[in-house]
Amino acid sequence: MIPTPNLDHISSKDYENVYEPAEDTFLLLDALEKDAELLRNEIAPCISLEIGSGTGCVSTFLGKILGDGKARGFFLARSLSFLQEHINPYASYITIKTGYNNSQVQLESITTNLANGLLPRLYHSVDIICCNPPYVVTTSEELYSSKSVIERAWAGGIDGREVIDKMLPLVDELLSDKGVFYLLLISENKPNEIRETMKNDYNLQSKVVLSRLAGREKQSILRFWRDIRQ
Amino acid sequence: MLQCHAKNCNSNNYPLQLSKVEVVNQETEFNPMFLRNMLPKLEWNALVKTAFQINVTLPNALPESSTDELDEEFLKTLHRVLLETHIQQGQMTCPNCNHVYHIKDGIPNMLLDETEA
Repeated sequence: MIPTPNLDHISSKDYENVYEPAEDTFLLLDALEKDAELLRNEIAPCISLEIGSGTGCVSTFLGKILGDGKARGFFLARSLSFLQEHINPYASYITIKTGYNNSQVQLESITTNLANGLLPRLYHSVDIICCNPPYVVTTSEELYSSKSVIERAWAGGIDGREVIDKMLPLVDELLSDKGVFYLLLISENKPNEIRETMKNDYNLQSKVVLSRLAGREKQSILRFWRDIRQ
Repeated sequence: MLQCHAKNCNSNNYPLQLSKVEVVNQETEFNPMFLRNMLPKLEWNALVKTAFQINVTLPNALPESSTDELDEEFLKTLHRVLLETHIQQGQMTCPNCNHVYHIKDGIPNMLLDETEA
């Protein structure tokens, strides 16, 4: 059992500016823990990336899974937003702090938007990618006009898919040959359709690692990987 | 690993040139296996250039020997540059269009103004 990262350094005031870990976050943590052996022994990552890191809770947890105090490679955390004005620099700052406050898991944080900065340099170089995207079904307008930082952390537009669909091609570009990508989805996001697309367009295999009901939401963690044997 | 992505800036935009840097060293455990795995992911020339800007000299060419035989001395230097050296404050300037990206509290900000994006 790996303990949930300690977030005591984050105040309720901070949570006005950064998404507070909730059921979805914890499901992602549980899925990573379930895959701990795979991540540690087979993937043994050099570069891991969390897209939309919020408090940095997931990256920190992943750091703990991968090793106790050993150099476990680079952890990058970056914003998920594709809208420039939606970027939350505050999350970059909290992310690093969370890593540091938990046995000094070293995280590197970058403030950037979804598309820029890492490619083409990290083309097919990232071994673990995690993402808890804004998945809640809203109107497109709600997504584009959301004023609060927190609303932006969950508003996903039509089918809750507008941000997710922008991200998927980038995942293909970033993921290394042995890499794995973890994505949180709810049933309204049509996970099977996403799995189909990833298979057909990018030859990425997938599997549901964990599913859980949170209120009315059926949340699942999917793992994608490259089918390079074919 | 970061490059300039300002509009129409498509060539000679890497590596970004460091200036006004404030570096913090933070010791971490030495892990030769990780460093060996990391090597193929690095763009060596860019790393040499960047390291030189913070006063660390790396060999211009990767040592010839196969990765199993890389000497300890070399790996230790690499460890120091990659994992223990943290740029807390500074600027990164694009060698082509001179756009300046800032690093604040260890976080590079790669955002552009709307006119540049």
